Amino acid sequence: MRTFRIGGVHPEENKLSHEVATVPAELPKQAVFPLSQHIGAPAKPVVERGQEVKVGTLLAEAGGFVSAPIYSSVSGKVAKIDTVVDATGYRKPAIYINVVGDEWEESIDRSDKLETLAAHPELTPEEIINRVKVAGVTGMGGAGFPTFIKLTPPPTAKATCVIINAVECEPYITSDYRLMMEKSDEIIVGIDLLMKAVKVDKGYIGIECNKPKAIDLFKQKLASRPEIEVVPLQQRYPQGGEKQLVDAVIRRQVPAPPAIPVNVGAVVQNVGTAFAVYEAVMKHKPLFERYVTVTGKKIAHPGNFLVRMGTPMIQLIDACGGMPEGDNKLLAGGPMMGKALTSVEVPVCKGTNSVTVLSGDDAKRKAPQPCIRCAKCVSACPMGLEPYLLAKLSDKEEWGRLEKEMITSCIECGSCQFTCPAHRPLLDNIRIGKTTVMGIIRSRSAKK
Amino acid sequence: MNVILTAVIVLGAVGLIAAVVLFFVSKKFAVKEDPRIALVNEVLPGANCGGCGFPGCGGMASACVKAADSGSLEGLNCPVGGSAVMSQVASILGMEAAVSDPKVAVVRCNGSCENRPRIAEYDGLKTCRVVHSCGAGETGCGNGCLGCGDCVAACKFDAIHINPSTGIPEVDEEKCVACGACVKACPRNIIELRLKGKNNRRVWVGCVNQDKGPAAMKACKVSCIACGKCVKECKFDAIAIQGNVSYIDDEKCKACRACMKVCPRECIYDANFPKSIKEVMKAEAERKAAAEAKAKAEAEKSAAQNVTETKPKEKEE
Repeated sequence: MRTFRIGGVHPEENKLSHEVATVPAELPKQAVFPLSQHIGAPAKPVVERGQEVKVGTLLAEAGGFVSAPIYSSVSGKVAKIDTVVDATGYRKPAIYINVVGDEWEESIDRSDKLETLAAHPELTPEEIINRVKVAGVTGMGGAGFPTFIKLTPPPTAKATCVIINAVECEPYITSDYRLMMEKSDEIIVGIDLLMKAVKVDKGYIGIECNKPKAIDLFKQKLASRPEIEVVPLQQRYPQGGEKQLVDAVIRRQVPAPPAIPVNVGAVVQNVGTAFAVYEAVMKHKPLFERYVTVTGKKIAHPGNFLVRMGTPMIQLIDACGGMPEGDNKLLAGGPMMGKALTSVEVPVCKGTNSVTVLSGDDAKRKAPQPCIRCAKCVSACPMGLEPYLLAKLSDKEEWGRLEKEMITSCIECGSCQFTCPAHRPLLDNIRIGKTTVMGIIRSRSAKK
Repeated sequence: MNVILTAVIVLGAVGLIAAVVLFFVSKKFAVKEDPRIALVNEVLPGANCGGCGFPGCGGMASACVKAADSGSLEGLNCPVGGSAVMSQVASILGMEAAVSDPKVAVVRCNGSCENRPRIAEYDGLKTCRVVHSCGAGETGCGNGCLGCGDCVAACKFDAIHINPSTGIPEVDEEKCVACGACVKACPRNIIELRLKGKNNRRVWVGCVNQDKGPAAMKACKVSCIACGKCVKECKFDAIAIQGNVSYIDDEKCKACRACMKVCPRECIYDANFPKSIKEVMKAEAERKAAAEAKAKAEAEKSAAQNVTETKPKEKEE
C-alpha cells in the first residue's frame, strides 16, 4: 500500500467517535464571528450594531486579495463589534450576534435534492471559482487558505489532477470520515466541480486504510467513473500534509518553497472543502457551518456535530457530557497539529475540525533531557530536514545558517518532537527560527 | 664547513630579498588608520554592548571620528559612559559634546500573580519569544510580561532580575546603563528607555494592555483602562492615550504626580520620591480635614459670638 517516502510517524489513533453519527449542534444564544478565520487579511465588517441578520447574511467582506468574506450562521441582531479571545489566545476583532429564531436567507436552497454537474451546463470554470470566492470557502483542513486562490494556479504552473485529501491522519479526529459516510454523493459532485474549475480530467481521493468503510463506499460509487480514482493509503502521519499527499498519491515530490503542489501539477483540496464547494456552487449556501468532532478519552460521549460557526466550544463539550474534572488541555484540532486554547469560550471557526480535550498525563509534557544524538528526529522528519540541528541553531540565533539548512521547508507537523526519546522541545525552537527567518527573507525581498 | 657557509649565504640572501620586498609592500599597501580612533577607543568604556547602535566600542570610535570630520557629534551617544565620556571624546576630537540626558530601562507591567490571575498553565519551552509566538501566555492579558526572563539573559550588566515574589523583572537603577538590550529582547515591548528625570524622579504608566476597558479590567487588577482621567489632570499636556493605553511623554513630564492621584487603577508608578503618593495624599487629606475642622470651629465660634452678641439685646428688650 502506498504512502509518502520520507519520514513520518504513527501515533496512537484513538478515533473514539468513528461510528457516532453526526447530529446538528444546538444553536448558541450568542454567536461570535472573529474577522480573521483564514490565512491573509482580516475581513472588513459590513454590518452595524443593532442590524437584523438572517442565516447566510454577509457580515464582513474580504479585506484584500488573500482573504475571505464571513457570513452569519444564525439569525438575530448584531449585539456589538468588539474583540474576542480566538484560538491564538490574543484578542481579535469579532462580530457578536444575539440569536433570535432561525430564519434563513431566501437565496439558499435548503432542499436535500442532489444537483449534478451534468444538469448545470451553465457552470463555467470561472463561474465556479467566482461562486466559491463569494461564498467565503476556505481550506477546511485547518490552515484555512482561501480556496479560490488555490483554484487559480499561477500562469507558470499547469494543473494535471485534483487530489482530495480524505486522509485524516490526525489522531482522535473523525469529522472528515463522518462527512464521507454521510455526504458521499455531494462530495463526488464537489470533486467534479473542482476538476472542472481547474480544467483537469483526473481526480484522486486519498483515504487512509483505517477507514475501510469509506474506501468501499467511494469505490462502489465511483465504479463507473474511472477518471476519479480512490487511493487507499497506509496509515502514517503527516500524510494529510499537501506535499506528503502528493508524494503518496502520484509519486511526485514538491520542490522546496516557494514551490507549491501545483508546480508538480497537483491541486490538493480537503474532502470538507469539496463538500463546501458543492454547497456553495449548487445550493448557493455560503460557508457558515461545518462538521466538528468533539473528543477526548475522559469525555463521556465523544461525538460528531454539524456546528454553526460562532458557537462557543464549551457548548459542544457540554453537549458531550461536560468538561472532565481536573486539569485538562483543550485543543482546537487534533493532538499533533492542534492549537492549545486558553479559553473555553473560543468560537468554532472555518478551520475548526475538532475540539479535543486531553486529560491527565496526555495533557502534560515530560521534562526534557539532553539530546543523545540518536537521530530519530531526522528519520521522522517528512521533509528530510535535521530537526535537532535546526532547534539548536534557532536557540543560538544563527539565522543565516538556518536559512541554508532549509528551515522554511518545515511544515511544523511535530513528528520530530513526538518521536524524541529525550522529550526535547524541538518544534518550539524550530518554529521561532522559522518565523524569524521568514521575516528576514520577506524584508530582504521588500528591499529589492 | 663549506656547506654551512653556503647555507648561511643563501638564507641570508633570501632573508635580505624578502626584507626588501616586504618593506616596499608595506609602504605600498599600508592601511592608514586615523590615530584619533585609537585615542577615542581608549576613553570609551570597552563594554562592547552595542547600546550606541554600532558593533562594539571600536565601531563607535571610528563613527565618532567620521562624524567629527563631517562637523558634528550629534546623534552619537555612549549610553554606558554617558555625558562624561562623550565630553572626553569631544575634547579629543576638538568638538563640543552633544549633551543628552541619562536614561534608564523601565518595566511597564506590574502583572504579578496577585494582580493578574493565571487562567492557564504553559508547558512548553520557557522563553518569552516562544511563549509570545504561540499565544497569550498563562494570563488573560495579551500584552503583559510573560516572566520567562529574556530580558535578564540579554542584559550584560546584571542590571535586570526577575523578582521571585512577583514574577516580574526589576531594573537595578545603579547598574543599568540604558544600552537597550532588554528593550530589544522583550517580544512584547514592555521595557522602555525613559529619561532618568530630575533628581532621578520619574513617573510612568506601568501597563501596556491594549484591550478595551472591560477586558483589560478582567485581565489584571492594575491595568490601564484608558479612562482618560490622567490626561485631563495633566497640566503639562504630557499624557496621551494611544491604542487604549495612556502614555506619559517623559520629555514633557514634570513629575508633579497629579496623574497618580486620580488614577482609579493605580497603574501609574513613580521612582525616588521621598514620600509615596499615598502618604502625600494622606497628608493632604489630613491637612484639608484639619483646615476644614478649623474653619468649622471658627464658624461655630463666630456664630456663638453672634449669639452672645444678640442675646443681651434680647434681654434688653
